[in-house]
Amino acid sequence: MSKNVTIGNKKVTVTPFASWMVVFVLVPMALVVYYALTNADGSFTFENLKWIYTYRSTMFLSLQLAFIATVICLLLAYPIAYSMSRASEKIQRNATLIIMLPMWMNFLVRTYSWMTILENNGLINSALRSVAGLLGTEFDGFQLINNRGAIVLGMVYNFLPYMILPIYTSLTKIDNSLLEAARDLGSNGFHVFKRVILPLSVPGIISGITMVFIPSISTFIISRILGGGKDYLIGDLIEDYFLGNSGVVNYNVGAALSMVLMVLIMIATFLMNRFDKDAKTSGGGRI
Amino acid sequence: MKKKIVSLLAVVLLLCCMVSCTRTQGSQEGKQSINVYNWGEYIDQSILDDFEAQTGIRVNYTTYASNEEMYSKIVSGAASYDVIIPSEYMISKMISEDLLAELDFSNIPNYKYIGEEYRGLSYDPDEKYSVPYTWGTVVIVYNTKYVDEEDVADESIDLLWNEKYAGNILMFDNPRDTFALAHIKLGNSMNTTNPDDWIAAAEELKKQKPLVQAYVMDQIFDKMINEEAYIAAYYAGDAMTMMEENEDLAAYVPREGANMFFDSMCVLKSSQNKAAAETFINFMCETDIAVRNAEAVWYAIPHTAAYEALDPEQSEDPLVYPPQEVLDKCEVFINLNKETLVLQSELWINLKTQY
Repeated sequence: MSKNVTIGNKKVTVTPFASWMVVFVLVPMALVVYYALTNADGSFTFENLKWIYTYRSTMFLSLQLAFIATVICLLLAYPIAYSMSRASEKIQRNATLIIMLPMWMNFLVRTYSWMTILENNGLINSALRSVAGLLGTEFDGFQLINNRGAIVLGMVYNFLPYMILPIYTSLTKIDNSLLEAARDLGSNGFHVFKRVILPLSVPGIISGITMVFIPSISTFIISRILGGGKDYLIGDLIEDYFLGNSGVVNYNVGAALSMVLMVLIMIATFLMNRFDKDAKTSGGGRI
Repeated sequence: MKKKIVSLLAVVLLLCCMVSCTRTQGSQEGKQSINVYNWGEYIDQSILDDFEAQTGIRVNYTTYASNEEMYSKIVSGAASYDVIIPSEYMISKMISEDLLAELDFSNIPNYKYIGEEYRGLSYDPDEKYSVPYTWGTVVIVYNTKYVDEEDVADESIDLLWNEKYAGNILMFDNPRDTFALAHIKLGNSMNTTNPDDWIAAAEELKKQKPLVQAYVMDQIFDKMINEEAYIAAYYAGDAMTMMEENEDLAAYVPREGANMFFDSMCVLKSSQNKAAAETFINFMCETDIAVRNAEAVWYAIPHTAAYEALDPEQSEDPLVYPPQEVLDKCEVFINLNKETLVLQSELWINLKTQY
């Protein structure tokens, strides 16, 4: 049936998607570029781009935190995804459900609930304090919130499923006979993993990294809720310029900063895709 | 099996969307509705239900955390509101930008209850655009369990800069209120347009930043009530609400002075439903409604009849209705000129990007 629709009616099937992309992706991006390269009167200028230099430390901090969060996500997600893909079908189904479960709740609610857990009188510190009380010692509690560690934690917690699921999918797609063949040809377990499984799961890793890194670098609400609003990330800056929380609304500077963020993300995606292709020609070529 | 569950879920989702769509549509066709945009935690929500029941006008109620947030939403044109409740300096800014509608006071007969001293204030001298909602001052809230008596004995603003309580101080997450505290500390007017004063205030805030636990707005309730932080500056009515929840909390108006604010109800020029919006404002000024609302939000009210009807515990509280000699030290915000606003914005972002 689908064959009939696509043949001869290609235009009809492509139109909804194409118009969606134009209206909701291309036009907004063009607007960002327009605002970034004009001043308040609408005349062309590069003036806004100088703010990128002013806020270089903010950008660096955002990059740094997003990078750390992505690495932690990858290190956590791979073993989880790997053991899931090796497990029985029933366990796989339940594990997927459990990983998806938190995503049924609103992002903000999930992040706010971490406040209750991490605060000085929160769940963790109260529990530790009562343990210390039983042991007859005093315990002041750890400073778990309102710092950068809490921001990274918020990113890892919120975006971890986006790392697990693509890796898991790419691992389940690996043909079992390939692993058997590798074994038959004398590879030990570690060797099979290094030479067969890991290269074949690279596409999953790539899309996982992209899906964690991009929301992490552009977040603004996690830094406000868990970071105590003390250190602006690039997302906070952009929000501030668009909403005028600091007293001045300036779409032009906000758009210039958004444009840099878009360029950064494009470069990152491009590099990742290059890596993906290289992996395919060397590793995937064997299929 | 898996496929069946997925498709079932999809169907349920679709149905939910359809039901919610038709519901909002139905109410829009059948009834009038107004969009009310107010500060967070700033009304007795049950009043809205009563208003709907009595007048048949549906209220879409949304909240904001600062005057600036409200202003940018409105000028961006992204959403349309009918009734807003800004503070005085924002009202004068919006009047000067022709964003507010002149009210038809024949629709607001209850305006007669508004006390003389709250009418025709500098932000709306001809009583054309606004109906006073509440007023109050900024106070310093502290927890008596953790803050030593000798540190609060002089009721000074310096408590917010006391290194003894590093990591346990909360500040406003908006520049106007935060800079006002620094201006008070330096003995300057909070409406100063001298750039040097602003730079000096920014230096004070930078010095204070390592002591600050977090910059917050409505999250302050949880953090103070649960004793996450010991000291905070906040609006008097909200401070009263916190003190009600946690008996160890106390508050004072700093002896050096504080910001005094008047929040008033206004109708936007772009409102499609001005008469209904005025009906809402009038309803909020019904004596029994104003009493109920005051008992919920604990801010001072300009409504004379409702004030008389309040429990003396509230109407005689010196934090809610400070005595005249305290009010004499307080200062009301004036809309800052553009240069000063740009400077304030730069200094604020600079404070937040100082790592």
